[in-house]
Amino acid sequence: MMNEDFKRSSFSLPPGYAVEHDPDDLWGDSRVIVNIGPTHPAMHGALRMIAQLNGETIEKSYCEFGFTHRAKEKLGENRTYHNYIVYTDRLNYCSALINNVAYAMAVERLMGIEVPERCVWLRMICCELSRIMDHLICIGINAVDLGAFSFFLYGFHQREEAYTLIEKLCGARLTTSYTRIGGLMADAPDGFERELKAWVGRTRKVVQEMDELLTGNKIWHLRTVGVGVFNKENCFEYSYSGPNARAAGVDMDLRRDQPYLFYKNVEFDVPICQNGDVFDRYMVRLLEIQQSLNILSQCADKMKKGPIWAEDKRVRIPDKDVVYNTMEGMIHHFKFFMKGFEVPPGEAYTQVEAANGELGFYIVSKGGSHAHRMRIRGPSVWHYQGLSKMVEGEKIQDMVAALGSINVIAGELDR
Amino acid sequence: MDIRKPISSQGGDSILKFLDLWKKQASVLKQKFGVAIEEIRMPLDDLTDVPIVYVQKDSIISILKFLKEDSEFEYRFLADITATDEESEPRFELVYNLFSHQNRCRIRVKVRVRESDAVATAVSVWEGANWAEREVYDMFGIRFDGHPDLRRILMDHRWVGYPLRKDYPLRGYQMFVDSEPVNLSLLEQDK
Repeated sequence: MMNEDFKRSSFSLPPGYAVEHDPDDLWGDSRVIVNIGPTHPAMHGALRMIAQLNGETIEKSYCEFGFTHRAKEKLGENRTYHNYIVYTDRLNYCSALINNVAYAMAVERLMGIEVPERCVWLRMICCELSRIMDHLICIGINAVDLGAFSFFLYGFHQREEAYTLIEKLCGARLTTSYTRIGGLMADAPDGFERELKAWVGRTRKVVQEMDELLTGNKIWHLRTVGVGVFNKENCFEYSYSGPNARAAGVDMDLRRDQPYLFYKNVEFDVPICQNGDVFDRYMVRLLEIQQSLNILSQCADKMKKGPIWAEDKRVRIPDKDVVYNTMEGMIHHFKFFMKGFEVPPGEAYTQVEAANGELGFYIVSKGGSHAHRMRIRGPSVWHYQGLSKMVEGEKIQDMVAALGSINVIAGELDR
Repeated sequence: MDIRKPISSQGGDSILKFLDLWKKQASVLKQKFGVAIEEIRMPLDDLTDVPIVYVQKDSIISILKFLKEDSEFEYRFLADITATDEESEPRFELVYNLFSHQNRCRIRVKVRVRESDAVATAVSVWEGANWAEREVYDMFGIRFDGHPDLRRILMDHRWVGYPLRKDYPLRGYQMFVDSEPVNLSLLEQDK
């Protein structure tokens, strides 16, 4: 625990601040049905909940989504594998790079392509950088929803700097499209490792400050401890994964359990909490940011110069000087972008530990340049499904806290 | 060069590591469920990353329950439920992706479904199967028997057609100007 003064186990609510429901608060038999969202700011503009209230207590509710459905799975069957990279950015747009990496890995799995070492390290940096950004926005927005605005600004500044780092990698800030099948769009510029390490050092200090600002804050405790509890058993029933499951004591992290990239070669801990409430989900994310910072500095140390493209003619995009100066290069370029490359038949479910949980691409190929089935398993769908159960019997303002803490991203939810 | 080539940066050794376990599990499944197991496809022999167990439609729930609750199998994490349109008879394949926390390996269970068939719901095994099955119904039109709330989920509830079927066009419009009323039946208290 970072803040030495704070001991989670010794904390108890002061008398008079009852988390249990006060029976006087209920309004007898009269019920009110409230439509929350999708345009309500607390519902992030894309989620809708219809709740039946008794007083301020949610008795029963149901959720609706699909307001930003863009038919990504159908498009996956009608675009070439290369064309589809840009669509993966728009899944979880808070951590677009993880989606890029997961998708590239899924297609490489089907084609049996091994990418070179430097490419793997860069992809790992992408994943961890995105994870930190995603966690910063999650706990920041969660605090904003509960009225703690300054906390959010601390994290947001670091997030902007991280965007600048990503801009140096690929020229874009939000919709990155950084990976290619079998490689990356471009190598990291000179001195990138040094800048990354400087950013890691600064962010470590800021995270320490954020921790001191909020973790021991009494108002934050009153709004989060014991609120929106989703216990271990519920997590198994509702297929919770990632930080939301770890907050309830589910010991599961795909980076450790099914290692991919070079997660075997770096040292990191998997933070686990036990109570599964809003506070624990906040705490797990805060601790995970520190672990990701550790991984980032290890990556920067271990990364060496080298090629970033797999030596595979099927997927290697020809260099521009070859394209402009030779006939064969021009034809290769034209065929690659107009027709796409062939992926051999087969089916694979490739999963990565994204910022919110298990992100899986289930691709069925029957040969050809288009997928037969492109299924995206986003963690947000499963997390949002548990919300109604999570907030049953809670106050309506606690629903906002619970929703912010599970970090439902509409792009990934609606696909 | 295809899926059978292990890739070290994607846990390539895991296939070899789990192969013995999967073979043992396959023989246990065949012994226990007999004809209900139609076919088992293993990685390296077939073009897949994890074993695919094709099961008969009527025994899907008992097999899923066994896979989840048996202490040797422990496929407790329902990663995904989805379907594919095979454009042949039977038309659909229903796909269950499972993960075991204990063994840290995955398995895929498939059911072949005709267009007119309904499949028993997995909500009795995992409560969280609810929305995944609704999405399969929404996108493919596969019906689930005993599902508590089988409505469309991503598309509008008045939508005509099932978008992820292969014969569904890529372009087209269906406009709904008015919004839908609140579904009061979903807010009734459980008795």
